[in-house]
Amino acid sequence: MLENFMASIMTVEGFAFYLFAVLTIGLFLVTVMSKNILYAMTSLAAGMVLISGFFFILGADFLGVVQLIVYVGAIMALYAFAMMFFDATRDIKENNTSNALVFLLGGLSALTLVLIFTAPIHSNMIEALYPMHEGVGNAQDVGIVLFTKYLIPFEVAAVMLLVAMISGIILAGKKMDHSLTEDENVDKVQLEKDEK
Amino acid sequence: MIGLTHYLVVSALIFSIGLVGVLRRRNLLMLFFATEVMLNAVNIAFASISHFYNDLTGQMFAFFIIAIAASEVAVGLGILIVLYKKHGSLDLDDLATMRG
Repeated sequence: MLENFMASIMTVEGFAFYLFAVLTIGLFLVTVMSKNILYAMTSLAAGMVLISGFFFILGADFLGVVQLIVYVGAIMALYAFAMMFFDATRDIKENNTSNALVFLLGGLSALTLVLIFTAPIHSNMIEALYPMHEGVGNAQDVGIVLFTKYLIPFEVAAVMLLVAMISGIILAGKKMDHSLTEDENVDKVQLEKDEK
Repeated sequence: MIGLTHYLVVSALIFSIGLVGVLRRRNLLMLFFATEVMLNAVNIAFASISHFYNDLTGQMFAFFIIAIAASEVAVGLGILIVLYKKHGSLDLDDLATMRG
């Protein structure tokens, strides 16, 4: 067991895998446990960068790049933008549900999932539906399958993103001129002070 | 050698972390972060199965999950902003208006 671990950590892939695994789990633990929204968001972004590292190890180059652009670029920027509306620097006070029960349930589900996934897989019954082509880059391969076999889901996803964009604008755009975090009286007081 | 099981176990652990976050958090923004963690865990599992069975279907599903996550964030943050304007906080306990 230990010898196996030592041998696998010596290879480049094994070293990268264990490094990314430990770092992602740690960063996501910070995300889940942190009291500060800013810390949680930063560690989530860092964890997502490391998850794209997993994708690069697995040879899913295009997926890794999409993860970097969409998750780290777009989604995190959106969260950071939304944070301007909420008071992000203050620690949030929440009365969390009883911690022992939650950790018990989380631990039990983790144990169950690990047991399920470590069970032997009857893999000679599994056949590749859209096998990867030899000598073709990953991005090209993904493009071939995406624009032939998954064209309709792709278009539906495009329409869904359009709907989401419009609803985001409608929901967030109402009364945009009205400040959320600052009291209007504060501005007035400040103005009076400036005049004096 | 790193096998499929390694990746699936890591993905299961990250998913459980997200689950603990969803169960534990009371702040809506933090709940969103926890769901992102869970979605990412599933993406790792899909990509690793795609790699080890030499099949592109897993990667396709991961792409669609990313698209769904992006639209979920767009709509969800809009709703959060509306809720914050209305109630002045994002705490689930403050938002619970129906008490049994």
